[in-house]
Amino acid sequence: MNKYLERLVNGLFKENPTFVLMLGMCPTLAITTSAMNGVGMGLSTTVVLIASNVIIAALRKFIPNTVRMPYFIVVVASMVTIVQLLLQAYVPDVSEALGIYIPLIVVNCIIFGRVEAYAAKHSVGLSLFDGIGMGLGFTVALILIGSFREILGAGTWFNIRVMPESYEPISMLVQPPGAFLVLAMLTALQNKLKLPSATNGSVKKTALSCGGDCANCKGEVFAMNHELNTKEPQKEKSAGKED
Amino acid sequence: MNSYFANLVIIFITAALINNVILSQFLGICPFLGISNKIKSAVGMGLAVIFVITTSSLICSLIYRYILDPMDLKYLQTIVFIIVIAALVQFVEMVVKKISPALYNALGVYLPLITTNCSVLGVALLNVEKEYDLVEGIVNGVASALGFTISIILMAGIREKMVHNDIPKALKGFPITLITATLMAMAFYGFKGLV
Repeated sequence: MNKYLERLVNGLFKENPTFVLMLGMCPTLAITTSAMNGVGMGLSTTVVLIASNVIIAALRKFIPNTVRMPYFIVVVASMVTIVQLLLQAYVPDVSEALGIYIPLIVVNCIIFGRVEAYAAKHSVGLSLFDGIGMGLGFTVALILIGSFREILGAGTWFNIRVMPESYEPISMLVQPPGAFLVLAMLTALQNKLKLPSATNGSVKKTALSCGGDCANCKGEVFAMNHELNTKEPQKEKSAGKED
Repeated sequence: MNSYFANLVIIFITAALINNVILSQFLGICPFLGISNKIKSAVGMGLAVIFVITTSSLICSLIYRYILDPMDLKYLQTIVFIIVIAALVQFVEMVVKKISPALYNALGVYLPLITTNCSVLGVALLNVEKEYDLVEGIVNGVASALGFTISIILMAGIREKMVHNDIPKALKGFPITLITATLMAMAFYGFKGLV
């Protein structure tokens, strides 16, 4: 398979950031109250991810290893600010609905995970496609969860009524508790059907430098960043052999 | 003066219980699910979060009020806040290590984890969004951090008991923790009637 196409498939299916790697749980839980929010959040994250991946990949040979975290933070935060200002200017409704979760893309571990694990070691072209794949994977996941919650919780889909009039919406699903419940059911289903997911340990922890398991994350990555980074080359090889 | 104080009490209750950072704002889910298996570590994490959020909301409010706002640089807030928080966590760690080794032993391991905790940046951004003044911002910071601590300690308490329960195989681990979080979120949803 073409290696650029492979990055897209990888992001959408094999290492889907939400369903398989369980990354970026905060925005996933917070904004999936409707399918439209999922589109807004997903695409904003995709743009930030693509831009940061390309910039870091282009500059990867000039960034001293010891100061790379502050460097990544500044690049990602600048991209987020650009996206935030664009949203405010052209789609104020979306910007209003997503609120502080747009600036919080800075601390989304999908971005840092990809920049650190992939863009800092690969060419600009590959990093670009990795960003597109991961971003689309995240967007599709958010739309799916958002649609599920919106259809059952409000009886609408993209603000169009789809359920019959007699349907009594389960309004809890669009409230905060519903977010936890939907994710609980999703991961229970993955366990039951033995689907690959970071929550049942069936995904190799090596796929991302941060381990990719938000559920058991104790943030060690930031403390032991250096060791992880030096082991990375072998991991990339073994991850590539999977298919 | 009296109504100002009443306003502070309302901000406190709203941030700690009604808009609980974890159970209704979904900020800091990773440490909430990751470090909540023992009460002892949950308390340590909670205290470290209180410490950092209070200092960071103070410093971020000051920077926003006296540097970014007068110079018309509001659009730089995300970049400035994240850098300030990252530097602050490092700085707090060094200071605590130097002046109080006992406190460092208790909080030390949790401090590096806090840079990754989105509730710190979230609270700083919320203070700006809601146009809180300095005192209101600090009260909001303390209360949000307290809300974080309450929910993580409650979760740890439940999970310690849950170890002895017979849980269906498919629900073990992550799913049952999330179901517990669902029930807790429902309970905290009830606080909506308070204000």
